[in-house]
Amino acid sequence: MTTRNDRNSQSSRKKAQSSEKSWIPAILIVVAIAYVSLVLYIPALNVFIQAFSKGVGPFFANLTRPEFLHAVQLTVMLAAIALPLNTVFGLCAAWALTRHRFPGRAFVLSLIDLPFSISPVVAGLTIVLLYGRQGWFGGWLQEHGLNIIFAFPGMVLATAFVSMPFVAREVIPVLEELGSDQEEAAKTLGANDWQIFWRVTLPNIRWGLLYGLILTNARAMGEFGAVSVVSGNISGKTQSLPLFVEDAYKQYETEAAYSAAVLLALLAVVTLVLKEILERRTRIKDVE
Amino acid sequence: MLFLPIAAMFLKASTEGPVNFWRIATSSVALATYNVTFVTSILAALMNGLFGTLIAWVLVRYKFPFKRLIDASIDLPFALPTSVAGLTLATVYSNNGWIGSLLAPLGIKVSFTRLGVWVAMVFISLPFVVRTVQPVMQEMEREIEEAAWSLGANQWQTFVRVILPPLFPAILTGVALGFSRAVGEYGSTVIISSNTPFRDLIAPVLIFQRLEQYDYSGATVIGTVLLLISLVLLLLINFLQAWGRRYDD
Repeated sequence: MTTRNDRNSQSSRKKAQSSEKSWIPAILIVVAIAYVSLVLYIPALNVFIQAFSKGVGPFFANLTRPEFLHAVQLTVMLAAIALPLNTVFGLCAAWALTRHRFPGRAFVLSLIDLPFSISPVVAGLTIVLLYGRQGWFGGWLQEHGLNIIFAFPGMVLATAFVSMPFVAREVIPVLEELGSDQEEAAKTLGANDWQIFWRVTLPNIRWGLLYGLILTNARAMGEFGAVSVVSGNISGKTQSLPLFVEDAYKQYETEAAYSAAVLLALLAVVTLVLKEILERRTRIKDVE
Repeated sequence: MLFLPIAAMFLKASTEGPVNFWRIATSSVALATYNVTFVTSILAALMNGLFGTLIAWVLVRYKFPFKRLIDASIDLPFALPTSVAGLTLATVYSNNGWIGSLLAPLGIKVSFTRLGVWVAMVFISLPFVVRTVQPVMQEMEREIEEAAWSLGANQWQTFVRVILPPLFPAILTGVALGFSRAVGEYGSTVIISSNTPFRDLIAPVLIFQRLEQYDYSGATVIGTVLLLISLVLLLLINFLQAWGRRYDD
């Protein structure tokens, strides 16, 4: 009897202790979720509800407007050019920075992030100063009848600029961890540089590279500030999808703005899902 | 691609001459935008320093439903185009929006005020602190906390003396990254702000307005000021990261 009593009192004491401790985590979890809801979830949910508030009919009607279709086309084209450009640049930069030691390497490594830390408006401004009518190359470009600012090429430059670092940033740590042993082994077995890249390096860095590509694509399609500075925002001409959202909102066409916003929000959701899948994959590989 | 445009801007700025540069950079409108931009950004970054650490802690230490979903969704501000963020925040926090309508009876206006700019900055800088603090927390050994407990420290003492010090460099790095992002932000802030000078006009929007008026030297001077501040922040962040790495050994 006494032992059972003892055990009872012990277990109740334990329960009391754990319940005393367990409400602190509960409060912290509730506060964290409340904060994330206020800042992220409620605004995100609002995009979808506003877009479909008048039903599916008006939503699809907005999606077939010519300015909208042109904006979608432009956004896809911007990403289609910026993506391969930055992949090649990113791979070259990552290769040069991990496989070669040269003076100023640490400096260049920290400068790679520069497009992230400078304001997109400043990035756009530098491009205007370089290629604009009064810019360095402005005179030469005008003589040859080339328009960069307030035209598509300027938008490509701005997009490529702001999404430049992603690939290099994701590939550099993978290359660094990998070391160059496998590549050297391939070389001693008689492989040329091209073969080494395709057969040895690329398979090893594929997940990091894919991760970088997803981030590059999201940024290229979603960039607003830099593109807005260089494009002139001419509806149906130099208006990408994020610019269309802002312009429609300013013209009090809130529904049209939200129809386009849903598309971009879906892009964001797809990006996050792909990111999560890739992160799980690489995590599993780490455990192995 | 990277150096040429920046060199072009510095050269253009240097043609202004120091007196003129100083006059434009410290005009009363410009000074007011610095005030709005930097003070609001630092307040947003500090807010996320506090709540970002809390979120990272909850995600690393506790188990609860939908944890993985919440963890993945923290990166939403990176993936969502800024104009969409500005659009939906302006609606939700406007006087007849979901959250704004609850605040309006209290006399708090968010959209089209400086408070709205702050909300947009909080949104876009949220992931930075969470993502810099999370990996450090994951690597922390619980034995040290248990040792502190067994030596008689209470929960608060354990937190302040044992858990916080190794996290501090990561938190500061996250705050600095968030601040740097908030200072340069244009897309979401231009939509949620009324862009009235001396009230809620931020520096990137001022640059944009100067360009629209074909005032290239005005835009360049303010752009140079922002760029220099970004460079200083980049150096600071590198320094903070190096400081955080000290704890690895």
